[in-house]
Amino acid sequence: MAAVLESLLREEVSVAAVVRWIARSTRGSEDNPGEAAALSSLRPLRKEFVPFLLNFLREQSSRVLPQGPPTPAKAPGASAALPGRPGGPSRGSRGARSQLFPPTEAPSTAAEAPLARRGGRRRGPGPARERGGRGLEEGVSGENLPGAGGRRLRGSGSPSRPSLTLSDPPNLSNLEEFPPVGSVPPGPTGRTKPSRRINPTPVSEERSLSKPKTCFTSPPINCVPNSQPSALDTSPWGLGLPPGCRSLQEEREMLRKERSKQLQQSPTPTCPTPELGSPLPSRAGSLTDEPADPARVSSRQRLELVALVYSSCIAENLVPNLFLELFFVFQLLTARRMVTAKNSDPELSPGVLDSLESPLFQSIHDCVFFAVQVLECHFQVLSNLDKGTLKLLAENERLLCFSPALQGRLRAAYEGSVAKVSLAMPPSAQAVSFQPETDNRANFSSDRAFHTFKKQRDVFYEVLREWEDHHEEPGWDFEKGLGSRIRAMMGQLSAACSHSHFVRLFQKQLLQMCQSPGGAGGTVLGEAPDVLSMLGADKLGRLWRLQERLMAPQSSGGPCPPPTFPGCQGFFRDFILSASSFQFNQHLMDSLSLKIRELNGLALPQHEPSDEDGESDVDWQGERRQFAVVLLSLRLLAKFLGFVAFLPYRGPEPPPTGELQDSILALRSQVPPVLDVRTLLQRGLQARRAVLTVPWLVEFLSFADHVVPLLDYYRDIFILLLRLHRSLVLSQDSEAKMCFLNKLLLLAVLGWLFQIPTVPEDLFFLEEGPSDAFEVDTVAPEHGLDAAPVVDQQLLYTCCPYIGELRKLLALWVSGSTGRSGGFMRKITPTTTTGLGAQPSGTSQGLQARLAHAFFHNQPPSLRRTVEFVAERIGSNCVKHIKATLVADLVRQAESLLQEQLVTQGEEGGDPAQLLEILCSQLCPHGAQALALGREFCQRKSPGAVRALLPEETPAAVLSSAENIAVGLATEKACAWLSANITALIRREVKAAVSRTLRAQGPEPAARGERRGCSRACEHHAPLPSHLISEIKDVLSLAVGPRDPDEGVSPEHLEQLLGQLGQTLRCRQFLCPPAEQHLAKCSVDLASLLVADQIPILGPPAQYRLERGQARRLLHMLLSLWKEDFQGPVPLQLLLSPRNVGLLADTRPREWDLLLFLLRELVEKGLMGRMEIEACLGSLHQAQWPGDFAEELATLSNLFLAEPHLPEPQLRTCELVQPNRGTVLAQS
Amino acid sequence: MILTKAQYEEIAQCLVSVPPTRQSLRKLKQRFPSQSQATLLSIFSQEYQKHIKRTHGKHHTSEAIESYYQRYLNGVVKNGAAPVLLDLANEVDYAPSLMARLILERFLQEHEETAPSKSVINSMLRDPSQIPDGVLANQVYQCIVNDCCYGPLVDCIKHAIGHEHEVLLRDLLLEKNLSFLDEDQLRAKGYDKTPDFILQVPVAVEGHIIHWIESKASFGDECSHHAYLHDQFWSYWNRFGPGLVIYWYGFIQELDCNRERGILLKACFPTNIVTLCHSIA
Repeated sequence: MAAVLESLLREEVSVAAVVRWIARSTRGSEDNPGEAAALSSLRPLRKEFVPFLLNFLREQSSRVLPQGPPTPAKAPGASAALPGRPGGPSRGSRGARSQLFPPTEAPSTAAEAPLARRGGRRRGPGPARERGGRGLEEGVSGENLPGAGGRRLRGSGSPSRPSLTLSDPPNLSNLEEFPPVGSVPPGPTGRTKPSRRINPTPVSEERSLSKPKTCFTSPPINCVPNSQPSALDTSPWGLGLPPGCRSLQEEREMLRKERSKQLQQSPTPTCPTPELGSPLPSRAGSLTDEPADPARVSSRQRLELVALVYSSCIAENLVPNLFLELFFVFQLLTARRMVTAKNSDPELSPGVLDSLESPLFQSIHDCVFFAVQVLECHFQVLSNLDKGTLKLLAENERLLCFSPALQGRLRAAYEGSVAKVSLAMPPSAQAVSFQPETDNRANFSSDRAFHTFKKQRDVFYEVLREWEDHHEEPGWDFEKGLGSRIRAMMGQLSAACSHSHFVRLFQKQLLQMCQSPGGAGGTVLGEAPDVLSMLGADKLGRLWRLQERLMAPQSSGGPCPPPTFPGCQGFFRDFILSASSFQFNQHLMDSLSLKIRELNGLALPQHEPSDEDGESDVDWQGERRQFAVVLLSLRLLAKFLGFVAFLPYRGPEPPPTGELQDSILALRSQVPPVLDVRTLLQRGLQARRAVLTVPWLVEFLSFADHVVPLLDYYRDIFILLLRLHRSLVLSQDSEAKMCFLNKLLLLAVLGWLFQIPTVPEDLFFLEEGPSDAFEVDTVAPEHGLDAAPVVDQQLLYTCCPYIGELRKLLALWVSGSTGRSGGFMRKITPTTTTGLGAQPSGTSQGLQARLAHAFFHNQPPSLRRTVEFVAERIGSNCVKHIKATLVADLVRQAESLLQEQLVTQGEEGGDPAQLLEILCSQLCPHGAQALALGREFCQRKSPGAVRALLPEETPAAVLSSAENIAVGLATEKACAWLSANITALIRREVKAAVSRTLRAQGPEPAARGERRGCSRACEHHAPLPSHLISEIKDVLSLAVGPRDPDEGVSPEHLEQLLGQLGQTLRCRQFLCPPAEQHLAKCSVDLASLLVADQIPILGPPAQYRLERGQARRLLHMLLSLWKEDFQGPVPLQLLLSPRNVGLLADTRPREWDLLLFLLRELVEKGLMGRMEIEACLGSLHQAQWPGDFAEELATLSNLFLAEPHLPEPQLRTCELVQPNRGTVLAQS
Repeated sequence: MILTKAQYEEIAQCLVSVPPTRQSLRKLKQRFPSQSQATLLSIFSQEYQKHIKRTHGKHHTSEAIESYYQRYLNGVVKNGAAPVLLDLANEVDYAPSLMARLILERFLQEHEETAPSKSVINSMLRDPSQIPDGVLANQVYQCIVNDCCYGPLVDCIKHAIGHEHEVLLRDLLLEKNLSFLDEDQLRAKGYDKTPDFILQVPVAVEGHIIHWIESKASFGDECSHHAYLHDQFWSYWNRFGPGLVIYWYGFIQELDCNRERGILLKACFPTNIVTLCHSIA
C-alpha cells in the first residue's frame, strides 16, 4: 500500500487513476496503460489501500491531535450495553478496530510506473498556491496516541511506517515562531476578521473535575474524557507539555506586549487581527496555541497530493464514514500544537522528503494546510452543514489565512443559509389519553382483564413518574427502585389480550415521549391528533424543564457514539430490561413490527417538480415536517425493535469464534427475522424510498449482536447498504435521483453504522463492491421519495447528533477551551406541533379510480391530501353519526320492547340470552337503513369540508371534482365499514342495553320511575338535603337519647324543619335518590316519635311535652309531605312496625289518639290502604307485648276496624270525637 | 378554607380520642369558632376514621367480641331502656354504629342457623325494625342516630354532600359555558376511570392546564389526599392529562405541591379561568 502512496508521491501515477483503481474492480477505459500497469501489479492489495491511507493519516497526525475531542471510531464502554451489568472486557479493545488491517502485505517495490499527468478527478477548484514553506522539523512520537483521529487503523505490516524524527521542542517563547493567534502573518486578503462573538460559557460538569483556574492558562493535561479510561492508559501526550501553568497575570502581560509589538510591526494588518475590544480571557485561552502560517508549510506538493487522494476517497465514499473524516480534518484544522516526543529516534535522517520516510505533517502549518486542502474539495458538504457550523468555519482565522477563497464561499454560504438547527428538547411526560374505542370494556375478554389493565395503566405511570423524579439523582438505580414493582405488574398480565393492550400503551407512550424531540409531542402517529394532546401538557412545566436543560452539559460520545438511549428512551429500555418478560417482549416486537411496516408503507406525498412555486414552498414545509415525524418515529420504533429482538443474543462476552461460531451460525440461520427487513430494504430501494427506509434500518441494525452480520440474511442487507453507500456520491449531480441532503443523511447514518463495534471491521473494506453496478430496478414513478427534498438540516442533525461534533470542535477552538464536552449556551427555537395528514384510503378500483388518480396528478399534492383527509374523516364521522342516531334509536326501541316483555312475563322476564335473541331478530334488519343514511351523510358533509379546506381560488371545476371524489371516497369508506359491521354493532349495543336494563331491574325497583324536576321558577335556594338529614338525625338522636337535661327542641324548630324539608323536596336540584330515601325514612321515624310523644321539647319553661294540637299540626305537615312532595316511596308501614309502636309502650299514660289520627289520615289521603293497615295491625298482635299493652293495641285495632268506610264528612265528625276516645282508651 | 399544616395539626390535636357524638362536635365548634363547621366536621370525621382504622383490629378479636356481647347482654337484662350499647362503645373507644354492627352480627350468629350475610346486616342497620329482637333494635337505632362519623345515616349524609357539590360544580360549569362530559356519560362510553367532569375543551387556571375537575366535598388532609392521588387523581392524569381538584371544605396548603406535575388543588371554584380563544391562529 505504501508503494501506491509512494508512487503517487513520486508522481508516477495520477490521483485520478489511483482513485479509479481503488473504486473500481474493473479497469476504467480512460486509464493510462502505464498507470494501469503500475497499479495492476498491486491489484491484490487494492482493497487495503484506503484503510492504509486512513491509518497513515491518523498516525501522521498523532502528534498534533492529542488535544481536543478525540475521534473515537467506536467509543468504548458503549452505553447500549445492559445497564447495571459491567461492560465486557473486550469492548474497549474492540473499539479500536485494531484487526482491521491484517498484517499480510509485504513491502512492494514494484510500483515503478510512468508519471501521472492529470489532477484529481473531482478536486476542488482551488489551485495549489505556490508559497514556500518552512518546515518545523519535529519528530513524530512513536507512542500510540489515542485521540488522533481516534480510529487508528494500525497498518502493522506497512514497511514504510513513518519513522521518527526529532527536532527541538517548539520554542514557545519565541514569538516569531509562535506568534499569538490573531497575529498571523499577512495573508492574501485584506478583510477584517468577523467580530468576535461572546464565548460560550462552558458549563460542563467535567469542567469541575479539571481545575477551573488552570483552564485558561494552560493546556489541559487531563483532556481524556472520564468515560474512556481505556484511552487514558495509553495517553502520554502530556509528556511534551509543561504540566505547570503560567499565571494568568503573566499571560496577560505577554499578551499585552505581544499586541503592542504587533501594532508596531504591522500597522496595516491584512490578516485578521483581534479587535481592540476583544475580550482578553478568550484570547488568553488560545495563547498557547501554535499559530499556523501558510508561508511555512513544508513539502506543499506532497501534502497537496495526499490531500487530493484523500479527498477523492472521501468523495467516492471509499471511506466508511464521511463525517468521521471531516471530523479528523477539522481536528487538523484546529490543532493547537505539535507534540514533541521525548523518545524520538535521533538517528533517522530527515533527508528524503518526498517519500513516506519523512513525516507528512511536520508542523502545525502542514496540518492546517492539509486540512484546508481537503476542505476545499468538500465545500458542498460544508455548505450544507448547519448555520452555526458555517459561521464558525467562516470565522476561522486559519481558514481565512490558508484559503481566503474557501472562506469567502463559506461566508456566502453562511449568509445564505437558513439551516438553523435547534437542539432537541425533551418533551415532558404526558400520558397517553384513554380512548374508548380501544380501551373500554368491550375490548377485553373479561371484566377481570379490563380491571387488571386499569390498574396496570396506573402502575405504569406511577413508575414513570417516579423515574422522572429520581433518575437523575446520583445513586438511584432503576432496577432497585422500580424493578420489583414492574415485575409484579407484568405478573398480573395473564391474558394474552392484556399483553397486547399494555404493549399498545407502552408503544404509544414511547412515541409520545421520545418520537419528536423538536416537536411539541403529544401527536401520536397514525392517530388522529386529539385536541387535548394538541393543546398539550403544561407548557410551563416544559419550559421549566427546558431551562434546566440549558445548563446541563451536552452529552455526546464524539463523532461516532455508540447507540444509546438518551433521555426518556432510557426509561423504556430499563423498563424492558427490568420487566424481563418474554411475553411482553414478544408482544412488543409484534406491535413494533406492525407499526414499522405501517409507517414505512405510509404514502408520503411525492415531489412534483411542476408545482407552482409559492404554493409548493408552503406545502413543502408541511411535507418535510410530516416526513420528519414519520422518519423519527420509525427510527425510534426500529431502535427498540432491534434492542428487544437482539437482546437475547447480546452479552458482555466476546463474540464466539471457530467451531462455536459455526454452530451458532447454523442455529441462528434457522431463525426467521423478527421483521423481514431485507424485503423492506429491497422494496424501499426499488421504490426510491431509501431516505425513509435506510435510516430506521440502521437504527435496527445498530443493536445487532456479533453473529448477525455473519448470517446470510443480514449479510445481504449489509451488502445492499454498502453498495448504496458507495453509490451515494455527493458530487454527482443526480438530484433527480436523490437530493443532496437526503444523500448526506444516508451517508451519515450508514457511516455511523459501519463504526458500530458489532459490524465486522472487514465488512466495509473487504466487500467487493461492484459499485458501478448498483442500479436497482425501480418500480417507482420517476420521482420517488428520494428525489424529494424531505431532509433538512434540522432532521439531519436530529438523526445524527454526532454531526454536531464538528461544530463543537470549531467552537472549542474559538473558546480556547479544551474540555471535551463543554456545554454551550444553546439557542432553542420552539417548533410547532406536527400534524399528520391522512393516510390514503387505499381503495381504488376501476375507471373512476383511475380518473381520480389522473385528476390528482396535475394538481398540487395538498389537494389530494385534503380530499383524502376529508374523506377519511367524514367516513369515520359518518359511522359515529350512525351509531349516535340509528343505532341509538334501535337501542331505545330495544329498551322499550324489553320493558314490555318484562311486564308481560313478570319480574323474571325470562332468560336474558333468549331475550337478546328476540330483540336482535326484531331490530337487526333495521340496520339496512344504515347504508342509505351513511350515503346521505357523506353526500351532505363532504363538499363543505373540502370547500373550507381548499384555497378560495381553486377553479370551480377542480373544486367540484374534488368534492365529488371526497364524497365518493367517504361513502366508500363508511359503507364498507357499515355493511360489514352494522349488525354486530347493533347486537353489541342492544346487548349492553339489555344487561343495563336487567341490572337496573334488580335491587331497587322503587328508585326508578318518573321523576319530576323542580318547577320552572325554582331558584334552587332550598336547604340542602344533606343538611336536612343531618338536622333530622340530631332531633332523632335527641329523642332517642341519651341527652343532657337541658337539651331539647322547640316546636317552632320542628315546624321549621318540616317546612324546610318541604322546600328541599320540591327543589329537586340537589336531591339524589338515596338522600330522598333516607329523608323519607327519617320522616317516618320522626312521625313515630311524635305519635309516641318522645320528642323532648324546649319551650316556655317546664313544658316538656308537645301539645296535642302542635303534634297534630306537625303530623299534618308530614302527611302532606308524604302525599305531595316525596317522589320516592315512603316506608309508611314502619309506622306500624313493632319497634315504633313499641315506643308507645314506654309512655305513661299511653296516648293512642295520635296514632289513630295518623292511621285515619293515611287512609284518607290514600297513602295507605285500609287493608294494608289491617294487615300491619294484625301482624302487630303476633309480637310479644306486656299484657296491658297488648290489650290496648287490640282495642285500637278494633276501633280502627270498626270504623265504616265512610265518605269524607263523616270522617270529619269522627275526628272531632277522637280526643275523647283517645283519652278513654288511654285511661282504660 | 386552606389550612397550613400547623393549623391543621392544632385542630387534629384536639380530636384525640373524642367520641363521635353531637356533644363533641358542639365543643369543637366552640373551640375553633373561626373555622367553618363543615370543615371542622370533615376533619373530625377523618381523624376519627383514622383512629378507628388504627384500632379496628383489637375490637374484632373473638375475645373482644365475646366480652362486648356479654356486657351487652348483662346490661340489657338490667335495664333494656338504658343506652347500654352506646355507653359500651364510648367506654371502649369504638364507633357506636360499628359496635352495633358487631353485636348485631354476634346476636344473629347465636339466633340464626346460618351466619348472616353482609346485606342482611346492612339492611337491618338501615332499618332496625327488621331486627327480630326489639331491645336490640332500639339499642342499635340509638347507636346509629348518635354516631356522627359512622352508620348508614352518616353515609347517606356524606353521599348527599358529595352529590350536592357535584351538582353545584355542574351548575358553575354551565354558568361559565364550559362544556363537559360528566361521570355518567364517561362511564357509558366505557371509560375505566372517570373524574366528575372532563372538559371538552381544556382551560387554564392560574397558568395550569385543566382537562378534568374532580369535586371532593371533604377536607383534604394528607391521608385522604394521598389515597385519592393514588386511586383517582393520578389515574385521571394518566388518562386525561392535568386537572383540578376542588376540596370544598379546604385542604392542607402543603399538599398543593403537584401543580407542575398536573394536579391543581383549590378550595372553591376558580375565579380566573382562561379559555381557549378561537380567534388566535
